[in-house]
Amino acid sequence: MTNYETMMNRDSSSTAVQWSWWLLMMLAASVLFSMYGSLFDIYEIGIVIFTAAGMALLGQNWPGFRIHIVAVTALSLIAIKLYGADLAAPETSFFLNYILASQSAIMWMSALFVMATFAYFIGLFSRSEFTEKVGSAMTWLATTLGMVGLMVRWRESYLIGADVGHIPVSNLYEVFILFAVITALIYLFYERRYQTRALGGFVLLVISAAVAFQLWYTFGRNAADIQPLVPALQSYWMKIHVPANFVGYGAFSMAAMIGSAYLLTSWARKVKPDGLMSTVMPDLIVMEDLIYKSIALGFAFFTVATVLGALWAAEAWGGYWSWDPKETWALIVWLNYAAWLHMRMIKGWHGRPMAWWAVIGLFVTLFAFLGVNMFLGGLHSYGEL
Amino acid sequence: MSNAKASSNPFQLFRRRLVLLMGSMDLAITLLLALAVASVIGTLLQQNQPYADYVIKFGPFWFEVFEAAGLYDVYSALWFLIVLTLLVLSTTVCVTRNAPSMIKDMWNLRTHVREKSLRVMHHNTQWPVKLPSEEVALALEKGLTEEGFRVRRTVKDEGLLLSAMRGGLNRLGYLFTHIAIIVICIGGLLDSNLRVKFAEWQGDLKVETRDLATNDVPKESRLPVGNQAFRGSIQIPEGRTANVVFLALRDGYLVQELPFALKVEDFRIEHYATGQPKSFETDLILYDNDLPEPLKTTIAVNHPLIHKGYSIYQSSFADGGSNLTMKAWPLDDRSEQGAISFEGKVFEKRQMNLGGQSLRLEINSFRPFNINPDPTEEEPERLRNFGPSFGFKLRTATGEAKEYVNYMAPVMREGRAFYLSGVRSSPAEEFGYLYIPIDRQGSLKTFTRFLQRLHDKSAVEEVSRQMMEETLSQMSDTSDTRMKVSLQKTLTTLVTMYLKGGFTEVSEYIETSLPENQREKLGPAYLSMLREMLARLYFMDKEQTKPVTEAELLFLQDAADTIGSLSRYGSPVYLSLRDFEHVQASGLQIARTPGKSTVYLGCALLIAGVFILFYLPQRRFWALVKQKNGESEIILAGMSNRNPRDFDMVFNYIATKLKRAVGNSDSQ
Ligand code: HEM
Repeated sequence: MTNYETMMNRDSSSTAVQWSWWLLMMLAASVLFSMYGSLFDIYEIGIVIFTAAGMALLGQNWPGFRIHIVAVTALSLIAIKLYGADLAAPETSFFLNYILASQSAIMWMSALFVMATFAYFIGLFSRSEFTEKVGSAMTWLATTLGMVGLMVRWRESYLIGADVGHIPVSNLYEVFILFAVITALIYLFYERRYQTRALGGFVLLVISAAVAFQLWYTFGRNAADIQPLVPALQSYWMKIHVPANFVGYGAFSMAAMIGSAYLLTSWARKVKPDGLMSTVMPDLIVMEDLIYKSIALGFAFFTVATVLGALWAAEAWGGYWSWDPKETWALIVWLNYAAWLHMRMIKGWHGRPMAWWAVIGLFVTLFAFLGVNMFLGGLHSYGEL
Repeated sequence: MSNAKASSNPFQLFRRRLVLLMGSMDLAITLLLALAVASVIGTLLQQNQPYADYVIKFGPFWFEVFEAAGLYDVYSALWFLIVLTLLVLSTTVCVTRNAPSMIKDMWNLRTHVREKSLRVMHHNTQWPVKLPSEEVALALEKGLTEEGFRVRRTVKDEGLLLSAMRGGLNRLGYLFTHIAIIVICIGGLLDSNLRVKFAEWQGDLKVETRDLATNDVPKESRLPVGNQAFRGSIQIPEGRTANVVFLALRDGYLVQELPFALKVEDFRIEHYATGQPKSFETDLILYDNDLPEPLKTTIAVNHPLIHKGYSIYQSSFADGGSNLTMKAWPLDDRSEQGAISFEGKVFEKRQMNLGGQSLRLEINSFRPFNINPDPTEEEPERLRNFGPSFGFKLRTATGEAKEYVNYMAPVMREGRAFYLSGVRSSPAEEFGYLYIPIDRQGSLKTFTRFLQRLHDKSAVEEVSRQMMEETLSQMSDTSDTRMKVSLQKTLTTLVTMYLKGGFTEVSEYIETSLPENQREKLGPAYLSMLREMLARLYFMDKEQTKPVTEAELLFLQDAADTIGSLSRYGSPVYLSLRDFEHVQASGLQIARTPGKSTVYLGCALLIAGVFILFYLPQRRFWALVKQKNGESEIILAGMSNRNPRDFDMVFNYIATKLKRAVGNSDSQ
């Protein structure tokens, strides 16, 4: 952890804090092992170690993330304690019923994301830094509650039945929460890196849209019910394949939203150089940079996710590649962004065409994420609409 | 660029042009996007369906056009393989062209830069120091080394030059990523069915399209045990053994022989408390002469068995030829013969004399239970167990067939019990359902007796006569025999018409046979007389003194509805399922993928490469220390091959650090 590494973070944490954070993560992993080690298989041990290391790395210079993790852990533990062994506990527990039961936490998450979107935009256009900060705070809170919702839901699934219990990344309802939470975290990371909140409203717009879709889906189809896993999904691969995919989806969505902010700003600066939009938005170069960063992040994780998918497919379906619609669309998304990266890197394309391409990329991604399940079917069974 | 000798040779010129084209970025991006578009086609058009379905969907003309374009199996179409090959070639050319300079670049500290070029770099700064250049150089070297840079000092005319680099490995990222693409594609090629396609093209192999017993499949459609890649499937009934798999190819299949035999001992589906399937498992015994004893094991979804490079997966399940006991109830004028019992097996086809007609019975499915939405309840979302069912086709001598699905247990509708039978004429249609009323004894006897009576000429004659007389007695003139005969005949015909096509047929008959001016008055009268006749036939053997119950009337109504729709049902018998012995078959997928480890190696390279490319940028610094009468002047310049904006910060940081290290005499 040389200064060189940490310099990139404007206010890097002190070495003492970093060390304590690493220690805390190691401690958390050891506690997990001592409690449940006998139930884990080798892959699950690997997953726990990997997760702890990942969180340690992310948190070492990012105080917000540290608080987030501690808060998620504390709230989830409280909820689990309150639940005990009784799935009906929310009927008698105020806290569970109104805040911590997974559905309540997720409702709070939804409301907070929408409010944060407004706060960011109002703050941006009224040039009120305070309001923008409120937006950030709400986004953090929403992310935390969303994560708590997922954790508690995980527990709830085990309360339904030991054989029903599973990590909540197995159907459309659950992955939508995952999408919102991960996209928000990626955004918050860059918000701190680039010290600009001007893009918050734009990125949260896509999260709010996801939340709106999810609400419709929840009420329209009773989608929030916890369903047991079909045999094909009962695999440790799911625990890593799905989250990796959603880092990809989240990063690509962020790139697209910043792309649209770029297009609006560059248009505004042309037609009305001293208008509100032109003056409140950050430099075009900054946005361009961010688009590239998110696409690179998305591409890297999407590569990992697709490879993991292939490994899983090799185990579950008897072939690492079957040209199943979902697989194929993952490839399409991947090829699309590979082309984007080359255009930028080698042909030196930049500016509006690349921003447009990033926006169009969202639709390709969206089809891979939702469209395939809605229109094409195939072996990916979760979330049929 | 200017090698005149080489370019004068036309072959070399062509080769050079080709290499240039293959390595061009425009081609690479075009290929990437072409592959994406081809994949889109492959997902929008369902692949590898039976050809008959495509013909129905697109019509004969477009069917052929699409077939010629290989759109039913895009991913092994020639043009698709060409695009892939071109991409691999293009990447190969790109890598071979760039690799030497990139590898050099990983180590090369670029000690040949001139002061002029340092000054034009985007990132540069300079400052004077009141120290001799030797001392300054040492301090700078130390500062850069501390930050993880590799540093080399060279003596130039202009002064001392320090060249530093960090992240030289970044170039490895490029090499890994692009070599990975090539490696993955080669691995994929090893696992493709290209060899089979080639053998087929040479005429050594022939796709079998007939439905044959495994042993009857001719030699030219069989693939011997070998080391080639394949992916096939087979369904093995419980208690049976197999040593081949079937490879689906276009509209037919090939038989792949295995170096071992597999016996399915038992197939199980376990369920959650909610009724959804929880696991599919097969107890297998693998017989291989190379093994000291047969291998006993259980496979399940996500838990395959791997033996000698062959992977055996649980992939589906089906009926394995369940034994069924059925009863055939005649539904036409032979209904007095009563029901006959017989036995059959799922997937059996047999010629039968059913209701006096020679029909081919093809039983093709059996399900021990059916959890379906209940169409008759208020809550259509509620799932209900409809009990066992079996599906079959009845094929006439001309080859036409209707498909049926009959449920074993009665269904209840408004408190009355019925046997449920679905029928359709083609797989494209939805099933239409016939509900046959069941009497209080739980039998079809009452129904068939009623049906039989409707077919009984003398009974119908008798009732027609009664009706005719009663009707005419209400009129004044009763002696007209011509009228008597005509009315009685009309009434008999009504019953015949009703048997032929239900009330619709009767209405049609009335429409066409009555003059228009009488239709309005007589039509409804005829219909109500027909109903009355049906009732009389139904109650014919009932004692006069007993009162008619509500239940009997409802039964009559249901039976009349059913008989009215028998013509659309199209079968001379109703087959009820009396008993069954369920035999299941486990669907296994067996694959040999010799290219798998190559592909995985490529995947590992790809992931490593991508992360190195994005997150390990190559950063270079140069510091030129010029001696000027006891003082030194430092010119610091830097560059990064990625993320120039991030480098702003890096550059400022390093510059500040170095200025501090040598004691910056520049006051700004
Ligand atoms: C499926 C095929 C390919 C994939 C997945 C791929 C992937 C990548 C990635 C991820 C980068 C890094 C881009 C960035 O840092 O923004 C890259 C760079 C590059 N690619 Fe490709 N590539 C592919 C095919 C090709 C082909 C066919 C060529 C040559 C015609 C090529 C030439 C290059 C070059 C020259 C670079 C720049 C390397 C550097 O300056 O560091 N790539 N590629």
